[in-house]
Amino acid sequence: MFLNWLATLPGAIAQGIIWGIMAVGVYITYKILDIADLTVDGSICTGAAVCAVMVTSGVNVWVAMICAVLAGMLTGLATGLLHTLMGIPPILAGILTQLILWSVNLKIMGKANIALPSRQFDVILAQLNIKQSLIWLVVFVAVIVALLYFFFGTELGMSLRSTGNNIHMSQAQGININFTKVLGLVISNGIVALSGALLAQYQGFSDINMGRGAIVIGLAAVIIGETLFSKIARNFAVRLLAVVAGGIIYFFVYQTVIFLGLDTDLLKMLSAVVVAIFLAVPYWKKKYFTKVKIKPTTESKSEEVKENA
Amino acid sequence: MLEIKNISKTFNPGTVNAKTALNGLNLTLEDGDFVTVIGGNGAGKSTMLNAIAGCWKVDEGSILIDGINITHMPEYKRAKFLGRVFQDPMMGTAADMQIDENLAIAARRGKHHTFKWGVSSKERAEYRELLKQLDLGLENRLTSKVGLLSGGQRQAVTLLMASLNQPKLLLLDEHTAALDPKTAAKVLEITDRIVNENKLTTIMITHNMRDAIKHGNRLIMMHEGRVIVDVKGEDKKKLTVEDLLGMFTKASGSEFASDRAMLSK
Repeated sequence: MFLNWLATLPGAIAQGIIWGIMAVGVYITYKILDIADLTVDGSICTGAAVCAVMVTSGVNVWVAMICAVLAGMLTGLATGLLHTLMGIPPILAGILTQLILWSVNLKIMGKANIALPSRQFDVILAQLNIKQSLIWLVVFVAVIVALLYFFFGTELGMSLRSTGNNIHMSQAQGININFTKVLGLVISNGIVALSGALLAQYQGFSDINMGRGAIVIGLAAVIIGETLFSKIARNFAVRLLAVVAGGIIYFFVYQTVIFLGLDTDLLKMLSAVVVAIFLAVPYWKKKYFTKVKIKPTTESKSEEVKENA
Repeated sequence: MLEIKNISKTFNPGTVNAKTALNGLNLTLEDGDFVTVIGGNGAGKSTMLNAIAGCWKVDEGSILIDGINITHMPEYKRAKFLGRVFQDPMMGTAADMQIDENLAIAARRGKHHTFKWGVSSKERAEYRELLKQLDLGLENRLTSKVGLLSGGQRQAVTLLMASLNQPKLLLLDEHTAALDPKTAAKVLEITDRIVNENKLTTIMITHNMRDAIKHGNRLIMMHEGRVIVDVKGEDKKKLTVEDLLGMFTKASGSEFASDRAMLSK
């Protein structure tokens, strides 16, 4: 029994890393830009669809993955323009793009799902070859984290961070916040689409429904990573790695509860509830557990001093 | 240097909440002018600064800086001409970013953001020197998150940021109003030093009449979206608070209507 459970672990880790990469994309929008971007539910499938269609029609898998990333970037661009050019709130802009992508993804695939069996096609990830898959995934994580670490240290990356941190300050410092927001959405969805392309290869198919609730899994990974590693994750690169680790832990728990015989119909609900609780914790902490400081009184005192002066 | 020609701005036009904040405002600043601005609540002081900064478009009139018409320029583009410090100390800095990163962003105001490294080590050395002059012990906390600083320290850093990259015009919107009196005095002292050292043309709004008299070479008083009193040179040096109140009553035909300003005379 225990050995059977143990046997599911490598698969959980592989899936966890793939979704962890997706969560890194979510981290860019949710944590850095302070936008909850729901495009990802659609763009992960766009990445998978483009990759699956191209590989099954004989294109090299690397070319297919690059095209998947570019397609993902376009979906981010769509949401970005809906938000900045048309003034639609970011959450709604993401939902609209998501809906657009439902049709687009169906058109890309021509049907609701495409099989991408690893025996038949030359792909780099496969459930049947977990060891090779894991090696490739680690390489992908290393490259993505390194690139993002470099990027967010540049002038451009810093302008993106400040946009998410303080819009007033950013505008006063001459940052075109519409540009930085769109750029962030483009990068984020490019990464999400890449994870979709990896997922299609790993599970051996692309399906129109594969992105449903992706944002929740992404958020779960971000939150788990942050909560568990907040003490050690000071450095930006380490924080991104913590997010990937969050994805692994998510799937680790996921496999375990399935193994323990939980009704799989309930899994999406459970994920959402867990995320909801974790999102609520900081709010509750602030609301109910903040030690009542005498700060308000000192402030009113200084008001008085000012008025008497 | 700065020419504001007949600008007007009405918020929520055509509704019951319509409010004319600027009403044919004219103001011309010479190079190196340090103007203090006072006026009652709703006189249009902050609205004037926001009009210059481009937070929204004015209804009519034009704004020129050094002969360049910036009336229709978007906020982020005209930022290269301006250094801004806000009333709320939280507004001028990015809390989750380091002190050196905040300064580096300000140093690149109006420049193209490239793939070059965000803060160079040469810059860090410069910033350390500049922070040392603030005398707030920040020179050894270059990599601290700005969110860890006190309100006064954040305003001082914002001032430093605003002065980097030699702006043509410095806009200070009641930047000491949210600070305790001691800190406010310190920040004003830093303001004077930074303005003088960099010879910055400055507009400073304050609700404190004594500060308005003490600082700068020119004082304007606003009322109902216009400049109603403009004192400069020798006349300004001799001003007293009573003079100002008298001038206000004479020019506006009403009592000076700011409780805060009255209390802090």
